Amino acid sequence: MQISFDLIIASLIDGLLLGFVYGIAAMGLTLIWGVMNVINLAHGPIIALGMFSLYFIFDLFGLNPYVALLLVAILGLLLGVLIYFVAVHRVIDAPHLSTLLATFSINMIIIGLGTAAFSASPRNVDFSLGSLSLGPVTLLGTRLVAAVLAVAVTGGLYLFLYRTRPGRYIRAVANNRDAAELMGVPSAQILALSFGLGTMLAAIAGGLIATFFPFTILAGGVYELKSFVIGVLGGLGNPVGALLGGLILGMLEGIIPAFMPTTWVPVLEFLLFVLILLVRPQGLFGARK
Amino acid sequence: MKRTTLFLIFGYLLFALIFVACSSSGGDEEAATDTGSSDTAAESADSGGGNQTIVIGFTASQTGSQNVSSTRQVNGLNLWMSELNAAGGIALSDGTKVTFEAVTYDDESNTDRVQELYTRLATEDNADFLISPYSSGLTAASAVIAEQYGKVMITTGAASDETYKQGLTTIYQAYTPASRYLTGAIDLMATLDADITKVAFVYENDKFSTDVVDAALAYAEEKGYEVVLHEGYNSDTTDFGPFINKIQDAGPDAILGGGHFQDGSTFARQLSEKNIDVDFFALLVAPPEPDFADLGDAALGVIGPSQWEPLAAFTPDSAAAAGLEWFGPLGEEFVSAYEAAYDGEEPSYHSAGGYAAGLILQQAIIAADSTDPEAVGAALDAMDLLTFFGHIKFDTTAEAHGLQIGHSMVYIQWQEGADGLAKQVVWPAEGATAETLFPLP
Repeated sequence: MQISFDLIIASLIDGLLLGFVYGIAAMGLTLIWGVMNVINLAHGPIIALGMFSLYFIFDLFGLNPYVALLLVAILGLLLGVLIYFVAVHRVIDAPHLSTLLATFSINMIIIGLGTAAFSASPRNVDFSLGSLSLGPVTLLGTRLVAAVLAVAVTGGLYLFLYRTRPGRYIRAVANNRDAAELMGVPSAQILALSFGLGTMLAAIAGGLIATFFPFTILAGGVYELKSFVIGVLGGLGNPVGALLGGLILGMLEGIIPAFMPTTWVPVLEFLLFVLILLVRPQGLFGARK
Repeated sequence: MKRTTLFLIFGYLLFALIFVACSSSGGDEEAATDTGSSDTAAESADSGGGNQTIVIGFTASQTGSQNVSSTRQVNGLNLWMSELNAAGGIALSDGTKVTFEAVTYDDESNTDRVQELYTRLATEDNADFLISPYSSGLTAASAVIAEQYGKVMITTGAASDETYKQGLTTIYQAYTPASRYLTGAIDLMATLDADITKVAFVYENDKFSTDVVDAALAYAEEKGYEVVLHEGYNSDTTDFGPFINKIQDAGPDAILGGGHFQDGSTFARQLSEKNIDVDFFALLVAPPEPDFADLGDAALGVIGPSQWEPLAAFTPDSAAAAGLEWFGPLGEEFVSAYEAAYDGEEPSYHSAGGYAAGLILQQAIIAADSTDPEAVGAALDAMDLLTFFGHIKFDTTAEAHGLQIGHSMVYIQWQEGADGLAKQVVWPAEGATAETLFPLP
């Protein structure tokens, strides 16, 4: 098959724009891991809740989706803090299996309640920013804005972690919780805040995805899997690595279908995942530890 | 990070993948959602004195992925039964009055349950006749059981051709088979513009959609079209960007394909957002659904095949013109009776299919003048009839016994109406309610 240059450019840019949002989702997962060594299996349903929150705020109150996103972020933060104190705090020092099971329970609870409340029928945020045609490439407004917001969120997170007192506390707890506690850092609150930030990022990613794809309460699962791949790719616990990993995964998803049937995408993605685990378990950009 | 943790994650991912693969079992014909409906179980009660109660056995997907469509189908069937019983049933020439009772269970949209329950219907409940569950996958499972116990079964909500090509002898299909789902769209396209030459087929990778597209592709090639893209996508695809880029690169005049509601509507939306310039766009399953209009401008001009539409005008006159026997209510009578029975809900083609399955059985019993399964089977073999649902005639060859050969799809298109988007029938020409909007805006 003749592969045209136009096709490659268009696919690459599409994938890259989507990759920014994947990066945000993965950053949420990897932040929680980096600070407290917890694998949050409720990550997918929280992404789905982000989608639904944006949908309802947009649909019921007619708010601009990007204003709604701010509320979604706040709700995500509060939900994370709540989940932390209800399900994670008591098992934080237990073996990994306990936190896995605790967050998996949250995952099942959200999916169960969500299916009962919203059913499994697809929802669609009917919002468009038009598109911009540059030669062979058609850029969708919603994807461009999402990419810009993703960069802004990453920058914001960086500033928060490195320029504010709670941010420094988070880094201290991530480094050595016992030492941080001895220095007077309120570790329970800081862990709750970190968990909340992780779920906030998941909710933001969900809200952004909702502006381009229809979704159901089960839709978060796909992005959770992608987040794991990205997390391992970029190095679990490394937020900037997550963003870069997201971009790499997005590009792969854009480029692979230009050369072979689309059904090969997950095969190659997970092949890459296994290879990274075997050859460079600390990730391409190095883990935090 | 520790290696063990990474392998723990890897194990979880493997588990999650397997879980996802297992839970997305054979969806067919229809995207499904919501919950609802109830049922009753009754017992066979043969009594002397000229009255006979016939037990009709079937399962409904009250839970699981096929819930919405199955509920509509069963509503249609129940409406047929209650109308017929209220009118006193069928009077045979020996003075026997035949009335009907339903025995039904929830099959949970699950193939294993279907096999278990149809066995129970055939043996413990002594059902005289069977109606299929909804969807090709579930129907294929029930057909084997019906054949095994020698029960005549009318299938509805099941389009796949394959079930009828396994040498079964007591199974009769009400729906147009999958192999003819999109062929009418190609016929329509040929009447619109002779300059259309390049066609892209993009479709969901499931049995139903693949069957439909394989048949349509062969038909298109036979008609001289050049197929510039032929590619399937996974059922859970949400990002059609890679496909749309490929479509743009291949530069087709027409796109055909799709799968079910969610993927079809997502595909239509993204195609419109990317301003892809094609003249003709036909998708499976999604366009006839009323919710498709929620896409707004993206729905405009999209064509879709439907087993039945309330608009379609089959009448005793059109039966006479075609030299066929007419049987049953008019389309509008069915619609108003259905709306009266189900809180004003407009019947979908699933509902009409359920009702039609009952009508087919009723007409076969009348024609056979008996409830003996063999006599009814012979009457079904000889059936050639027009109903509000369309033409009904079965293949009687050994290779494809029971396959529907009379019924054909109607093709709808979303067009600008007086108040917003409205569906119009654009094909076949004799049933059309509007000119085709062509090329796509």
